[in-house]
Amino acid sequence: MMSLISTYFGRVYKELRGEILVLPSRTIALLFCVALLLIPLITSEPYTLRIFILASIFAIFAASWDLLSGFTGQLNLGHALFFGVAAYTSAILNLNFGLPPWLTIPLGALAAVLAGLVVGVPCLRLRGPYLALATLAFPLILTGIVFTIPSVTGGELGVSGIDRLSGSRQTDYYIAVTVMIILGFVMWKISDSKTGIIFHAIREDEVAVRASGINTTKYKLAAFCLSGLFAGVAGGLYVHFIRIAGPSTLELMLSFQAIIWAVFGGIGTIYGPIVGVFILVPLTEYLRDLPGTTLPEMRMLLIAIIVLLVLLFMPEGLTTRVRDKIEKVCPRCKLRNIATRRACRVCRADLG
Amino acid sequence: MIEAVIINGLIIGGVYALLAVGFSLIFGVARIINLAHTAFYMLAAYLIYSFTSSLGLNLVLSVVLSVIAVTIIGVFSYKLVIARVREHETTVLIVTIALTMIIQESVLLGYGGEFRGVPSLISGFTEILGVKVTYQYILTFGIVLILLVGVWALLMKTKLGIAIRSTAQDREVANLMGIDVARTGMITMAIAVALAAIAGALVAPSFMAEPHMWTHPLVMVLAVVVLGGLGSIKGSLLGAFILAFAETLVVFYAPSGAYLKGAVALTIMLVVILIRPEGLFGVTFEEER
Repeated sequence: MMSLISTYFGRVYKELRGEILVLPSRTIALLFCVALLLIPLITSEPYTLRIFILASIFAIFAASWDLLSGFTGQLNLGHALFFGVAAYTSAILNLNFGLPPWLTIPLGALAAVLAGLVVGVPCLRLRGPYLALATLAFPLILTGIVFTIPSVTGGELGVSGIDRLSGSRQTDYYIAVTVMIILGFVMWKISDSKTGIIFHAIREDEVAVRASGINTTKYKLAAFCLSGLFAGVAGGLYVHFIRIAGPSTLELMLSFQAIIWAVFGGIGTIYGPIVGVFILVPLTEYLRDLPGTTLPEMRMLLIAIIVLLVLLFMPEGLTTRVRDKIEKVCPRCKLRNIATRRACRVCRADLG
Repeated sequence: MIEAVIINGLIIGGVYALLAVGFSLIFGVARIINLAHTAFYMLAAYLIYSFTSSLGLNLVLSVVLSVIAVTIIGVFSYKLVIARVREHETTVLIVTIALTMIIQESVLLGYGGEFRGVPSLISGFTEILGVKVTYQYILTFGIVLILLVGVWALLMKTKLGIAIRSTAQDREVANLMGIDVARTGMITMAIAVALAAIAGALVAPSFMAEPHMWTHPLVMVLAVVVLGGLGSIKGSLLGAFILAFAETLVVFYAPSGAYLKGAVALTIMLVVILIRPEGLFGVTFEEER
């Protein structure tokens, strides 16, 4: 028994040294996750926890946009569709059928996957800007429908009186943060897998991918569904936390927000959008305490200016720029290395 | 009823056409999806309000001044911001969204969220086919027609127009033929923003100015240019009138039509591009295969 535990810990230690601590970006990611899990021990202030819960939910949402648009290059301007569909599905199932949150959130995510199929199938014929502008239409069409059947959707006011995620703010926090960390890791793993490489290749040159005998249609559809799934989980969590599902979950601005967070952090990375959310969301709240920024308009104005300036000087996004500063790619085996190394950690090639 | 639909459809279609032509021009020349396009339209309406009510200027003068001011702002934001990140397609989107947010929040800070009325250039109304039509509407339609013909003449008959069209067709070859593509892009942006500003000036008296007035026209303009084919002026014109008539029909005939007008127009756009993925008069671009 003891030996089993010690071999287990040995393996964890080896993984930690060999896979995480060798790269500064992974070390930062690990420290970030640990810090996030420790926050409730430092402060139990509901307001602070609320900001981080919302940031976690939006981080899942922004990362799911990245999985679709950042990797596959299928620019989705209507990502709020997945969020909204899941939010309304969860809310209606919870309110009318009394299903508990742990059931409504997966069912909502499933509905978002279906939405991904509905959007994905027609959009497969379109490319480039046409696709981007067509995806924009879906959440707006759904908003129109939501407004015309107020008996089901509550119209402008939305569906309210939904169950809480859990009994206490701390538990809510741990649920949101854990789900975010797990889903973030899963998305990163997907993006790193064979499927992820094909997604990436589709972005670079779809014709070449098709010429290699890969059914790109299947992969693009998969990207829409996967992205819908993760965005759907975010929508379900959101609705059980905020406890109201209104038309704001389908808004144009929410779709745009996802893109702002993702591009600010750096697209095609998964962790970029998460970093983007965890910088911009708390920053918006922090600005509230500064003198002269009591008006919400002033804060939004400052955020927009900050985003603009950052993108002007680093159009590839924040994390991509920082990562390329602290890490080098090995020219032979394409693995990442810390910038201070002379030779690649795996193949010993000279890093110059 | 049908007369009212026709007249309203023509007016709204004209405004959409003005916006969509500008949007299409700048997309064609610089491959920029400028999501801030209708923000400039809103800015023009608010500047007119400022010039007339706060500074007490003459209405015609304030219209001219605000169109010039918005054009200058547009050119500066193109030169200083958009053109710099032109290579990164997604970054252009965010940058233009950020510009839109900056304009919207500045308007909210400066004027608050209330609806602001702007006086009409000419008051009074007449009856056409038994429908009450304000002179402002007739003026709007007339100016739209003149401007559209003007844009057409500019594109077809002048040297600048040839430069714009050739840059849109193939940027690199145009550059090799000695066309200053960067300058052409800037001039096109100025024309596009000026058209948007004039559209804003024309609708401000009829629709009132409010800080979110950019969203619906933006969605409609995107739908129009996709329906007509990106980069095609002819397509934008046709698309604008198709969607404007669809919208007015829904508003007049369907129950709770005001909520559904956007949805119906967007559904029409979706159906069309599913049948013809490049829109009605889509231009296929060299580098996009």
